[in-house]
Amino acid sequence: MGLYVPGDSLLHRARAGVKLAVLGAVLGVLGVFRSPGTVAAGALLLVGATALSGVGLRTMAAQLRPLLWFAAFVAGLQIWVSGPRQAALAAGFLLVSVGAAALVTLTTRTQELLDCMVTALRPLRRLGVDPDRAALTLSLTIRSIPVILELSREVQQARRARGAERSLRAFAVPLLIRTVRHADRVGEALAARGVDDL
Amino acid sequence: MRMATIRLDGVGHSYGERAVLRGIDLTLTEARIGLVGANGSGKSTLARMINGLVLPSRGRVLVDGLDTRDRGARIRRRVGFVFTDPDAQIVMPTVAEDVAFSLRRSGLDAARKRERVTAALERFGLAGHADHPAHLLSGGQKQLLALTSVLVTEPQVLVCDEPTTLLDARNARSVTRLLAGLEQQVIVVTHHLDLLTGFDRVVVLEEGRVVADGPVEESLAAYRDLVD
Repeated sequence: MGLYVPGDSLLHRARAGVKLAVLGAVLGVLGVFRSPGTVAAGALLLVGATALSGVGLRTMAAQLRPLLWFAAFVAGLQIWVSGPRQAALAAGFLLVSVGAAALVTLTTRTQELLDCMVTALRPLRRLGVDPDRAALTLSLTIRSIPVILELSREVQQARRARGAERSLRAFAVPLLIRTVRHADRVGEALAARGVDDL
Repeated sequence: MRMATIRLDGVGHSYGERAVLRGIDLTLTEARIGLVGANGSGKSTLARMINGLVLPSRGRVLVDGLDTRDRGARIRRRVGFVFTDPDAQIVMPTVAEDVAFSLRRSGLDAARKRERVTAALERFGLAGHADHPAHLLSGGQKQLLALTSVLVTEPQVLVCDEPTTLLDARNARSVTRLLAGLEQQVIVVTHHLDLLTGFDRVVVLEEGRVVADGPVEESLAAYRDLVD
């Protein structure tokens, strides 16, 4: 998950809505006119924009690394289904799209993305959607990922300390219990911070 | 800052069959109040009653005359709450965003909000971490962030439930010093008795009842007798 890298580049200063719209447009064009030329142009654009943003090519590579095995899997499948040319295109498109999306999250504060989402969801209010609540749910999700990773590390260590390293149950049950207890505490803290009050 | 009057009037509470508080009558008006007692003595439940997180099964709790049962929202704006585990209390991915979250319904415009957030981060020594992801902070910094996010709303009363239990000695000391320096009325549940130095009043709970209530030294002497 891309996390904000502070900076003052053109990309950092651009409004979240503009960045998301450009992202959507670029991905749309690449999706519709998928050819070696457009994917290569997309990749060049991505490298250029990354350089301009100042987040560093290494940070960008770190975003894409976890995706490589998946891209390889997709490419492998495509070779089998529709040949090497399509396979290379599919893998390239995947990497460029995820890289572009990562660049938006790396240069945009979560709060700005959430505000943008609230604005975008506003028309759905008539259908009973509460934009603020949807944004809060999303930010809680982002915030919970590292917390639950930490919980799972603790559970894994406890499991090792008790010599039950291979037991799936000794991992899943305590992790579930801790996660539910954490959720309970977060709920309490949200209530204390006045989330349900108005 | 004026101290609030917190009144617990014949308060009792049960979780199912288990009674955790019985017949509590207290009027809390002092600037610094400690709540101590063994695990399961009911002190955390009592603390949660002050801002209406827990409503009593019997009796009532009043904060400056407002009943927590029907004026909970008003009371929570005046009474800030700090929990033991800051990871549960920090709801936004980055430091400044979490502080800003507290101001989302303050009615301030964006520029004023930013000013308030920056000032609060500076005051509590987190200015250099404004854009950092919350999960990369140390345990002590996380608790500082939790405190900052509560104090940025300028509550009249601050209730803390074992705020130093998860911290090392150095961070516990710095939180203790920070609490001591606040102009707010502070009510602290704790097992760290050092935290209560200079407090005005300490209430000792045992099995859901008040067994000692008075100046720090007297109450803590009674508490130590109880533990031994």
